[in-house]
Amino acid sequence: MSSISTTIRSVIATHGQLMSDISGLKDSDDLYENGMTSHATVNVMLALEDTFDVEFPDAVLRRTSFQSIGTIQQLLESIGVQEPPE
Amino acid sequence: MGREEFRGDLLEAGILFDAGVEGLYLHSFFFESLVRSIEGLIVRSAKTPRERLLYFPPLMARSTLVATGYVRSFPNLIGSISSFTGGDRELRELSTELETGGEWTKLFTPIDLVTCSAACHSLYPLLSGQTLHEHGDIYEIQGTCFRHEPSPDVARMQSFRMRELVYMGDADGALRQRDSWLEFGRGLLRSLGLEVTVEEANDPFFGRTGRVLASGQRDKKLKFEICCAISSDAPGAIASGNYHEDHFGVSFNIRQRDGEPAHSACFGFGLERIALALIQAHGQSFDAWPTSVTDQLHITWAP
Repeated sequence: MSSISTTIRSVIATHGQLMSDISGLKDSDDLYENGMTSHATVNVMLALEDTFDVEFPDAVLRRTSFQSIGTIQQLLESIGVQEPPE
Repeated sequence: MGREEFRGDLLEAGILFDAGVEGLYLHSFFFESLVRSIEGLIVRSAKTPRERLLYFPPLMARSTLVATGYVRSFPNLIGSISSFTGGDRELRELSTELETGGEWTKLFTPIDLVTCSAACHSLYPLLSGQTLHEHGDIYEIQGTCFRHEPSPDVARMQSFRMRELVYMGDADGALRQRDSWLEFGRGLLRSLGLEVTVEEANDPFFGRTGRVLASGQRDKKLKFEICCAISSDAPGAIASGNYHEDHFGVSFNIRQRDGEPAHSACFGFGLERIALALIQAHGQSFDAWPTSVTDQLHITWAP
């Protein structure tokens, strides 16, 4: 598992309010189906921005961007994040 | 004609009067009669049992507003009430501020009241801690709402009345009821000679985080608006149907029979907007209106 993925999982574990443990979820599993509400999504979004020291562009501020660990990783990589911060 | 021109027309005709702040108006007898007639038509048509009809004052408890989640989603629209709670010493300071044109509001502190954000918000505290009936419960509620949106668009009033039908129960029931009310609302407005369409929509959630919330609402098709061209500008919403999932059931601890948080839906009519749409469609005087419309509204107006 990449270190970006590990960091993403840690953020979701803290802020995503999932019904089940994140360690049981695959990168492709739907976070919404696992209990992430709209407001938890917003908290995850803000925590990702803080953790990775980025600001997501307006165009990607959509529910689908945060659908899974995989889509979040793709999103971060698309804005130039290559590894998590120290 | 555009909305600003329409506004100018209405002010010139003495149908509305400028109250000195953008988006705030006094109403003429003609306009107010029309709003109340629309209210009457909805009451007669929806046939909600009388014990489920409620009217709320223009203010509500601050704690209710917080519980709805509105503060986080639409902080920019809220009206928060402040009052003077000082004594003689503070009054002296207040007088000085007033005389010198200073910041007198700094001597006012927020109290436990806020303006009403949406009609259904005043209902949920009444149901808090309760278990609903097996097939859910329907209420019809009306009152004055405030949204801090100063605008030259006469259809965007800061203070306006909303009449809402609210369902609380299970998820299927809530969706069915919302869709049924969308049809009911469309039919009622069309029967008044208004050209309306039903459109997918989202609420104006504030900020960058609001974009994510809005996209979620659209993706899940939670909100539909009944739109009408009040002027030559783009059509705007004059009513809307919303499915809330279990947001209010969770926030206010309202339970279904099986113990699960209740799901809810609401359908709201914007009374002033409907009045404006009718004036735009039929004219500034009832004697010019089709009798099919005035009959339905129970308007008796001798020319």
